[in-house]
Amino acid sequence: MLNISGIQEGFVLDHIKAGMSMKIFHDLHLDEADCTVAMIMNVKSNKMGRKDILKVECSIDEMDLDILGYIDHNITVNVIQGNKIVEKRALKLPREIHNVIKCKNPRCITSIEQELEQVFVLTDEENEVYRCKYCEEKYSGK
Amino acid sequence: MRHLMSPLDFSTEELETLMDLADDMKDHPEKYSESCHGKKLATCFYEPSTRTRLSFEAAMMNLGGNVLGFSSADSSSAAKGESVSDTIRVISSYADICAMRHPKEGAPLVASTHSTIPVINAGDGGHQHPTQTLTDLYTIRSLQGSIGNLTIGLCGDLKFGRTVHSLINALVRYENIKFVLISPEELRVPEYIREDVLDKNNIPYVEVERLEEAMPKLDILYMTRVQRERFFNEEDYLRMKDFYILNSEKMELAKENMMVLHPLPRVNEISVEVDNDPRAAYFKQAQYGVYIRMALIYTLLEVGTC
Repeated sequence: MLNISGIQEGFVLDHIKAGMSMKIFHDLHLDEADCTVAMIMNVKSNKMGRKDILKVECSIDEMDLDILGYIDHNITVNVIQGNKIVEKRALKLPREIHNVIKCKNPRCITSIEQELEQVFVLTDEENEVYRCKYCEEKYSGK
Repeated sequence: MRHLMSPLDFSTEELETLMDLADDMKDHPEKYSESCHGKKLATCFYEPSTRTRLSFEAAMMNLGGNVLGFSSADSSSAAKGESVSDTIRVISSYADICAMRHPKEGAPLVASTHSTIPVINAGDGGHQHPTQTLTDLYTIRSLQGSIGNLTIGLCGDLKFGRTVHSLINALVRYENIKFVLISPEELRVPEYIREDVLDKNNIPYVEVERLEEAMPKLDILYMTRVQRERFFNEEDYLRMKDFYILNSEKMELAKENMMVLHPLPRVNEISVEVDNDPRAAYFKQAQYGVYIRMALIYTLLEVGTC
């Protein structure tokens, strides 16, 4: 049994679909953040069969977790303080997604404009439809 | 400061006010002939367009203002690789308002976020062409008395035709509008217009392939050109360009008070013989385009409030 100790202050992302934790690590820009991260992969789960878990030791306020709602709203977010879970956060679809997904429309200005932020806007919450802010092309790569 | 990116940027009430102003400018041109004296319009056209650019320039001149600009990407700093956001920052220090056409969709929106002057989207790729839509709405209101209670046929390239997309977006806000979408299967309206605009607003519409079939039902027939520049290959363009040609024979099937509109330029989708039909309104439409652009420039420059 692999043991990873608890964290004093931070958050734990549980019930991540097996194999998805590395993507989330990058999408949350944890590689650029000044914090300790434990990535636990392929953990046995009664509910999911296999799952990933991410333990992040830093203040949750420094993180923009909205993107998690877009990636998978079934992920559980546990906020930890003093080694205890003090809050469970529900995920919702973000109104806008910045610099996570890219517009694939070759006619879109994002294909040529230098350093232009990629922005997608939630246009249909029920069907989880996001469209490029600039050309309104639907994102279909999820 | 306001920009115009989409016809939906103005509420229907604001559009009515804008059209009332255009009416006044049409009826009393002398009242406005010096209203933009000392103001400059920059026409930044990254792809060729004679009509829209000249319409903007004529509008500004009618208001007593001046114009400057470029009419192709080759003659602008874009050829040297300058970004749209840099270009607009510079233009902002030269002019008071900017009309931008760009082949890339969303380029005027990028410009508007970096601009200190009002930016008007004068067409961005296959996406939006709001001033054409204002022209279309104003033409409909001027010739039919009001916008609403109409069956509108849209014919031709409905997939890449930005004028069509903008017009549908704008018309769904009016009472009792029905659409007949007439196009070959390959050039049908994009899914996002069907799903997010027509279906979402419960707008009745049918998609048909034959123009003759639709003619008797229509109050307005909006013809569009199958544009060469929207195709990735020449073969597809040549195969489809002559699909829908309006001629006197087809006009006989139409109602007596139907109106034919076209954003122009026409290639051969409307036979020249139709020009003499009193229902052919496309040249009047071009004239109305100048009045509504005058009203738009005047409004965005906030001339009346100074």
